[in-house]
Amino acid sequence: MPKTLFDKLWDAHVVGDLGDGNALLYIDRIFLHERTGSVALKSLEEGGRKVRFPAHVFGVMDHIVDTQIGRTDTTQMPSGKQFISAMRSGCNWAGIRLFDINDPDQGIVHVISPEKGIVLPGLSLVCPDSHTCSQGAFGALAWGIGSSEAEHALATNTLRAAKPKALRITINGDTDNNVTAKDIILAVIAKIGTNGAAGYAIEFTGSAVDAMDMEARMTLCNMAVELSAFTAIIAPDATTVSYLKNKEYAPKGAMWEQAKADWKTLKSDPSALFSQTIEINASDIKTMVSWGTSPEQSVTATSRVPTPQSKDDEQALIYMDLVPEIRLSDIKIDAAFIGSCTNGRLSDLRAAAAILKNNHIKENITAICVPGSMAVKMAAEAEGLDKIFTEAGFEWRLPGCSMCFYAGGESFGPNARVISTTNRNFENRQGPGTRTHIASPATVAASAINGKICGPNELETGR
Amino acid sequence: MKSVNVIRGVAAPMFEANVDTDVIIPSREMKQVSKTGLSKGLFAGRRYMNFETREINPSFVLNQPEFSSAVILLTDQNFGCGSSREHAVWALLEYGIQAIIAPSFGSIFYKNCINNGLLPATMDRSTVMNLVKQSGSEFAISLSNQTITVAGQFSVTFDINESDKKLLMAGLDPIDQALTYSKEIEAFETARQTSHPWLVL
Ligand code: SF4
Repeated sequence: MPKTLFDKLWDAHVVGDLGDGNALLYIDRIFLHERTGSVALKSLEEGGRKVRFPAHVFGVMDHIVDTQIGRTDTTQMPSGKQFISAMRSGCNWAGIRLFDINDPDQGIVHVISPEKGIVLPGLSLVCPDSHTCSQGAFGALAWGIGSSEAEHALATNTLRAAKPKALRITINGDTDNNVTAKDIILAVIAKIGTNGAAGYAIEFTGSAVDAMDMEARMTLCNMAVELSAFTAIIAPDATTVSYLKNKEYAPKGAMWEQAKADWKTLKSDPSALFSQTIEINASDIKTMVSWGTSPEQSVTATSRVPTPQSKDDEQALIYMDLVPEIRLSDIKIDAAFIGSCTNGRLSDLRAAAAILKNNHIKENITAICVPGSMAVKMAAEAEGLDKIFTEAGFEWRLPGCSMCFYAGGESFGPNARVISTTNRNFENRQGPGTRTHIASPATVAASAINGKICGPNELETGR
Repeated sequence: MKSVNVIRGVAAPMFEANVDTDVIIPSREMKQVSKTGLSKGLFAGRRYMNFETREINPSFVLNQPEFSSAVILLTDQNFGCGSSREHAVWALLEYGIQAIIAPSFGSIFYKNCINNGLLPATMDRSTVMNLVKQSGSEFAISLSNQTITVAGQFSVTFDINESDKKLLMAGLDPIDQALTYSKEIEAFETARQTSHPWLVL
């Protein structure tokens, strides 16, 4: 029977069929971060259990850590230090590689895993973090789990899971100048809703996806969870292979050749059946910005805040302090944030820097750039991007999740209106009362210069 | 883990779609490396007028006298979407919520419910809306029969995956259950290391 890529990945990991659509799946790689991993390790130790395969488990400090230059274990959130030290001692107890605060490879879990070649096509990878789906961009079976499931995976190298249905999202066509993977995924979410892929694993296909580099593909897959999908995948191709070549944990020599041959088989069979297919025309997509408190509440940057269609919309308008029918281009912002596992990679910083070069952000705006990893930071500095950011008025920081969410206590503050490259505009996500508009790095840069929400193409015409 | 079967008590209506785990427990409320001490942070952004002073917001459903002892939540689709934080489930359980009735759940949240003995009962939206109208009455849930009886009068059925039901009813620790497959896991692993040697670190 013809199989989808997801079928192939799933079947390759089934240790046992538990009946009723549930399987016990083998887990090849586990990532833990200090926020939830610390709890899982502690609970495992207290339960008298062990990490079954420590060489296949990695720990990261990213969620709570401070991102100020010269940081220590102390965080803005008074209790953060506890998580950091618990994570350190947990990793030590378990004998797992930890990317600690000052490690030259430290960074956000979904940024460093690919950088180090830890995620590979065809393997299964879990992390107690919902954006683990980002790593599906490599054709890996990667999904986010809870802490108890992390304990389960650590102790048994397996997880019980119900097989989701297969959804294919085909994105064909050429995108306009400055329209990025972030705009595409926001447009998809706006179209099918935050519940639109519940119960599904998404496979992204189509000429627009083929044309994307790995970083853009990760941005696309990153937000699959905002569609409530189990995960997302993209079949590995030459772009995937050349990205992984010579990465630290990727196979080398004869093993590399053997792996490459195997990865060629990782694609959906031509006649494979999907439960649902959605077609998107990339050339219809314009710069997108969210106006509400759910990623589905997003519109094009040149349009207006819609008239509320539901109680949720009304609630969102209240929280965001917006009125219906106001133009997005009339919404003044207080702050701008560039970073996160969605858009904190080198190509993202380059896109923002291209807009910021020889420009300055509007007075009274606080703008921060947090590279996704030490490697991204160093590469950006080698190109002089840090100078472009700082000369434009941005603060340049150390890697971490930072203002993507409030766990470490970093925030622009109550009522601040932030244009942000992150993935969630939920109430209080960036701190109590903070209002978030999500957008691409280029849009965040353009808006910071303009002082009001503004797509990169509009900024061009206005200058 | 304690086994789940009959749950009786008040059902509180929170009929809102996409209640995410940031709403269920904001990240600032997860202060310790622990699964306990979380109930005070449950719905903190809604429950209090001010999260620092903890001044009560009287209009929030669980602060209303008739729902303050709720053991069941009635909610709209995609409850528990967003962040994977299991603290959402731990906080709900510690607060005293034993079951959540919704048209659908966020998938990680759903798994976390099963792993901790919180019952996620699924049914179509119109039936949940009918139950919302009855909230405040005494609800009795039977997991074995997959029914919810309201005020001893009328009953509706709900859906739950058969193996999840078994786990909840038996109160089985999922890790212990998986370890009964130890032989299969080892055999699988050996075969995988032979066919995919590059995966061994
Ligand atoms: S950057 Fe944001 S979304 Fe990504 S892992 Fe960190 S907190 Fe989660």
